[in-house]
Amino acid sequence: MPVAGLTDGAVEIAPGVHWVGALDPHLRSFDIILKTANGTSYNSYVVRGERGVAVIDTVKESFAETFFTRLESVARYDEITTIVLNHLEPDHSGALPELLKRAPQAKVYLSSRAQMMLKALLKPSGEKPPEYIPVTTDDEVDLGGRTLRFLHTPYLHWPDTQCTYLVEDGILFSGDIFGCHFCDARLFNDRVGDFRFSFEYYYAHIMRPFREHVLDAVALIEPLELSTLCPAHGPILRTQPRDYLHRYRELATPRLFNEAHGEKTLVVFYISAYGNTRRMAEALAAGAERIEGVRVSLYDLEGGEAGVFTDLIEEADGLAFGSPTINADAVKPVWDVLSSLTTVNVKGKLGAAFGSYGWSGEAVRLIEDRLRGLKLRVPVEGLRIKLVPDTGELDACRDLGEQLARHLTGRLETRVIDMAELA
Amino acid sequence: MPKAKVTFQDIGVAVTVPAGTRLIEVSEKVGAGITYGCREGECCTCLTKVIEGGENLAPPSVLEDQVLKDNMAPRGHRLACQAQILGGEIVVKPA
Repeated sequence: MPVAGLTDGAVEIAPGVHWVGALDPHLRSFDIILKTANGTSYNSYVVRGERGVAVIDTVKESFAETFFTRLESVARYDEITTIVLNHLEPDHSGALPELLKRAPQAKVYLSSRAQMMLKALLKPSGEKPPEYIPVTTDDEVDLGGRTLRFLHTPYLHWPDTQCTYLVEDGILFSGDIFGCHFCDARLFNDRVGDFRFSFEYYYAHIMRPFREHVLDAVALIEPLELSTLCPAHGPILRTQPRDYLHRYRELATPRLFNEAHGEKTLVVFYISAYGNTRRMAEALAAGAERIEGVRVSLYDLEGGEAGVFTDLIEEADGLAFGSPTINADAVKPVWDVLSSLTTVNVKGKLGAAFGSYGWSGEAVRLIEDRLRGLKLRVPVEGLRIKLVPDTGELDACRDLGEQLARHLTGRLETRVIDMAELA
Repeated sequence: MPKAKVTFQDIGVAVTVPAGTRLIEVSEKVGAGITYGCREGECCTCLTKVIEGGENLAPPSVLEDQVLKDNMAPRGHRLACQAQILGGEIVVKPA
């Protein structure tokens, strides 16, 4: 499909280095979860050396024709010695099966974790996978006067992701990291429209759950001489590329300053129709505070929004959710928060549930199941109390809080139980 | 039936289990921090460090061995969805 302002040919980034990607200006949602207000681009690159040509990533399958037209404008298929797959998600590998048919002599370089994905992607073609070489940090491919050096940067945002550095030119082909869903035929960051929102939005929705891995990758990239960052989506960052690297470090660094140095944090969320679940929450929080080294926060879900609570949850070590049961379910504000956590990493945090109920009391078990589904650990059985908690039941709430705090601080005595006791 | 004891170090709970149990069957019920993805030995989400008693787990299958290698798992690590308890005492924690 022709795009205004862009020819069908390749676009030069540096002598012998070209963009051969495709623009998708009418896309309005990506992978269901992302809005794309002006579409996106699928960036593929070609590097020419004295002894061969490398193609770095491809495009979404429906844009293959555009990709091959651009590729043919700068290279013959029999010149392609190297195909680099920085990320195998279908928007970057869609044209790969056809490229392998047209350049069967090319060797494929990919991360170790990408191997299984490559086999799975090529299944429908029924063809034998090509010769592929798993690579990791500092492995190199010599194209003749030009060297591709690989950086192992997993989980940005799939296990397979890697970056590829063109040593002599200081160009980093980064895959999805430093990318954004932004479509502009002017291609380069010093020429396109204002894409700052798209850059931040992309980080927040794609990279944020993997921020520890982002920081590892940034640490690998920072020592490199950088002339240009070439991401797999959005503008090519040739002007002040290091600013984008710095911004990634800022974004991936914990965003809330925690004055509780060395302490564990427990956030207790609740919502209450008649004050019973609130009383349980207050007692739980008080019980947790009995244990030194735990900082407890108490929030009524009715008084906040899921986005703000998501920030709190990202930094917390432990989470407890209190909900009444209405019509055999936890209430919507609880689910609103628990369905908003795909953008942060909650794996391994401590989770617990509690709540008052009038009739059947399903909310607590449903919340526990959701917490387990989010990969939290839920070692302490939640507390369900029928209607108004009495003194003994409030003591049980305090005990629950204390147990959670002991889990967080590692002050637990090993219990021995039989499997038959487990539900 | 012969029994074994599995200690989940991260939550301080030891569970006596019948021989033949897989780690996944008990770790989820007890609320340990080992998390699961595919549950079929492919995704490596449930990578688990075996601190003691590795010899008391059935050896990894060809599939598990390959997945551990593909994911560059250090020695002494297993997939909790695959590892079967033979007997004795085992101590584990999330990788």
